[in-house]
Amino acid sequence: MSGIGLRGVRKEEERRRSVFTRRAVILGAGQLGLFGFLGSRLWRLQSEEGERYRTLAEENRVSARLIPPPRGRVLDRHGAVVAGNRLNWRALLVAEQTQDVGATLETFSRIVPLTEPERQRIEREVRRRRRFVPVAVREFLSWEEMARIEVNAPDLPGILIDVGTTRLYPEGEHLSHLVGYVAPPAERDMDGDPLLELPGIRVGRAGIERHHDLALRGRAGAVQLEVNAVGRVIRELDRREGVPGQDVQLSVDAELQKTLRGKIEEGTSVVILDARNGEVLAMASQPSFDPNVFNAGVSTAQWRQWTANRATPLINKATNGLYAPGSTFKMIVGLAGLEARVIAPGDRVFCPGHMDLGDTRFHCWQRHGHGSLDMRGAIKLSCDVYFYEVAKRVGIDRIAAMANRFGLGTDLEIELPGTKKGLVPTRGWRQAQGKPWNLGDTIVHGIGQGFYQITPLQLATMAARLATGRAVQPHLTRSIGGKPARGGKAEDWPSLNIPDRDLKLMREGMWAVVNEPGGTALGARLPGALGVMAGKTGSVQVRRVSREQRERGYKAENQPREWRPHALFVAFAPYDNPLYAVSVVVEHGMSGAGAAAPLARDAMVETFNRFRAAPGARVAEAGRG
Amino acid sequence: MSATLERRLLTRDRGTGLLQKLWQIPWSFVLLLCAVAAVGYVALYSAGGGAAEPYAAKHALRFGFGLVLMLSIALVDIRLIARLAWLGYLIGIALLVLVLLHGNVGKGAQRWIDIGPLQLQPSELMKIMLVLALAAWFQRATWERMGNLLFLIPPGLMVLLPVGLILKQPNLGTALITGMVGAAVFFAAGMRWWKFALAAGAVAVAAPIAYDHLHDYQRARITTFLDPESDPLGAGYNIIQSKIALGSGGLWGKGFLQGTQGHLNFLPEKQTDFIFTMIAEEFGLIGALSVLGLLSLVVLFCYLVALRCRHQFGRLMAIGLGTNIFLYVFVNVAMVTGSIPVGGVPLPLISHGGSAMLTTMLGFGLLLSIHVHRDAEFGPARD
Repeated sequence: MSGIGLRGVRKEEERRRSVFTRRAVILGAGQLGLFGFLGSRLWRLQSEEGERYRTLAEENRVSARLIPPPRGRVLDRHGAVVAGNRLNWRALLVAEQTQDVGATLETFSRIVPLTEPERQRIEREVRRRRRFVPVAVREFLSWEEMARIEVNAPDLPGILIDVGTTRLYPEGEHLSHLVGYVAPPAERDMDGDPLLELPGIRVGRAGIERHHDLALRGRAGAVQLEVNAVGRVIRELDRREGVPGQDVQLSVDAELQKTLRGKIEEGTSVVILDARNGEVLAMASQPSFDPNVFNAGVSTAQWRQWTANRATPLINKATNGLYAPGSTFKMIVGLAGLEARVIAPGDRVFCPGHMDLGDTRFHCWQRHGHGSLDMRGAIKLSCDVYFYEVAKRVGIDRIAAMANRFGLGTDLEIELPGTKKGLVPTRGWRQAQGKPWNLGDTIVHGIGQGFYQITPLQLATMAARLATGRAVQPHLTRSIGGKPARGGKAEDWPSLNIPDRDLKLMREGMWAVVNEPGGTALGARLPGALGVMAGKTGSVQVRRVSREQRERGYKAENQPREWRPHALFVAFAPYDNPLYAVSVVVEHGMSGAGAAAPLARDAMVETFNRFRAAPGARVAEAGRG
Repeated sequence: MSATLERRLLTRDRGTGLLQKLWQIPWSFVLLLCAVAAVGYVALYSAGGGAAEPYAAKHALRFGFGLVLMLSIALVDIRLIARLAWLGYLIGIALLVLVLLHGNVGKGAQRWIDIGPLQLQPSELMKIMLVLALAAWFQRATWERMGNLLFLIPPGLMVLLPVGLILKQPNLGTALITGMVGAAVFFAAGMRWWKFALAAGAVAVAAPIAYDHLHDYQRARITTFLDPESDPLGAGYNIIQSKIALGSGGLWGKGFLQGTQGHLNFLPEKQTDFIFTMIAEEFGLIGALSVLGLLSLVVLFCYLVALRCRHQFGRLMAIGLGTNIFLYVFVNVAMVTGSIPVGGVPLPLISHGGSAMLTTMLGFGLLLSIHVHRDAEFGPARD
């Protein structure tokens, strides 16, 4: 300021002012021009195209409707449809096309009777949804009903007949625990996808249908229709096709699954895995339910019958049944002992038929004792005392860690929502409950009894991991929309990092169980040509047997059914080149050798037969890629 | 500056008393504003289904309150306002930060703060505070100084800071408007053409990068704009229905309270963002152009105030405020006619909404103060 004289100040002010004026005029002109653009835009919309828009607005009008995409199918590993779609004729109501929803429903009711709850549901949905979204009035119309509605169309403003699809499960109850079922979406399913507002749309509620719901659902297309005041379509203005839902191909063999389910009784579950990559070939649980009934809605009576049934048909016991693993757990204890170097394969333990700890006596199942045994012999004969000793030396926490590595008590991430994780107890777990962990607990847990909660699926996974030494995870999806899912190759799964020598010893023991005279499951040997199976029996008490009972000559088979022990068997085959892993759990089946092992053998024979004979055999034999 | 001087500035200015100041207020402009607000009342009466409740009565009340606020500000000496500009800017920034931390969320964005019964959108206030601060920065800059890049960097940052904060809310529309208002002040202050072109080029390069960082709903708006039929039941529904409503209004409109699109609820948010559509449907092209004309007059008045003002501070303020109003109107009308993506920008003085009304009237108060004090002496320009 100091350097500039009064004249300079005035000159500068003049300059600033002229620059400002010039630029203000430019800005103003620009803004005026843009307002002019808006004016011309209004002119075009309201004057030139006004007639067109007036038609759209006044003759009620452009009606945009979504086209539901067909839901993707679920296929078995050979391409057989296990969840498909079938046509369904239905009556819909578009609220914006009628003056009076109540009157329309009244008229409709005289043609096709509607129950009071049905009417309440319709009126509720009409209120909840946007007025141009059709609401389902009645599904599964017969030809005759449809004809009557069509004839009366002039009296039924807002009603339209539409062909939709409904879910069909050709295998019914055989695969319902895996494939799941669909049901109309509930409020909490509304994820912003406009598709879910459509009448008759279904979302996956359980199993694969739920896990892969987004892929199966697809994306809605849309059609813009010009309709007149009574809702009759005058012409289609524009159509945009949706994206159909993708097909999901499962690893399951539907035929194998059916055969297997024919062989098992209530309370039994069987899991067959491809040992190399964890693909589930079959997973059967009895009893089951028919998923088709969910389509039209499940009646209260039906629901009550399912939930009251003590055999729990709605629950997949293979993934949600929790059992102690019993003697099938002994390989885990053995491996934990070998890894901790508290016992060597050749070390011998003498079994007098029991083990004493303080004044508690722990019995071997063989009352007269097995004599001196090494590890291979202890597995073959399933000696309890040997594993009491190993457990005592290695401790519960290292046993639990080994169990977790074999998938027991862990989330295996199978594509079945709600699958149980189970429980492998540790010292810390017990202490968190405010209880001490005693050495006696460790001994009991050394033979797979106690607090364990293991699912049959985890047992099969354990068998597969024993057979291959890889951390395979069980899975059901082979491909989605033709694209192979991850995990199909053996190399997809990391090694368990357990020395081959140790694993080999366990497999030899399991081989001896089935194939060597004196083994606990000799009866489960496979017929000659098929190959050699290796396995391990187990049976778990569901009630504690007291000393008096034992002295009075306790016999499990004299007990009531629900007090009898569960029977278990895990196995893999062929012994020298493992392809399949199996687990069988027979609730209250008494003994693993008697009830579970023969089923495992049958399951294995069926699997071999299926994959020898079926066109898919090559795939299974050669693996994928 | 001493307290006595401040008091002098507040009450007397070269012998101009309060009464004389009132006389200086351009009452024709106040009348114009009342006319626009009356259009708002009529439209909101229709949007309320032919009743003063719930929109129209509140609108009138708010406008009345806004008038008092505007006239009070008009009497405050412009030099005091200039000195408080920085404080205003800092408060604006502080509120923006506050709304990011504690604001209420609407449509996936943090936008407003509850102050008692009032909802304040700091981004609206910020635009005015930014204009104030920029005008204060440039008020004494000579033409030479405007050519100095170093001199332009601080005000550049003053624009980018609030724009960034508003983007983070995220409110793309308001952030863009804020940036453009800032740019208008730079331009009017005499920033060189080539620098302007350079800055515009930089923005053009940055835009695709920014698109990658947009939220899904914002991208949806842009894609829906480019192809509204791609989502006829979702975001595109609004635009299609708005165009049908506009078009079916025709030349003369369907008549007051006769708009089928609006009254049958085809039209979304008809009391706020789509109020112009409502007017155009019921009063036709004639009505729509009249409203557009009235609002043009409001903007024109801002320019007249700018041209008649004898100090740079007032001129720049008036240009900034005028551009702000212009952008409101342009973005809103362009949006409802499907010319630019849906932006959630209200129509000033017409749309329902307390916060927007308050900030709009605050801006007009400042504008009137500029006009009343158009001959006030500021220091001379300096390098």
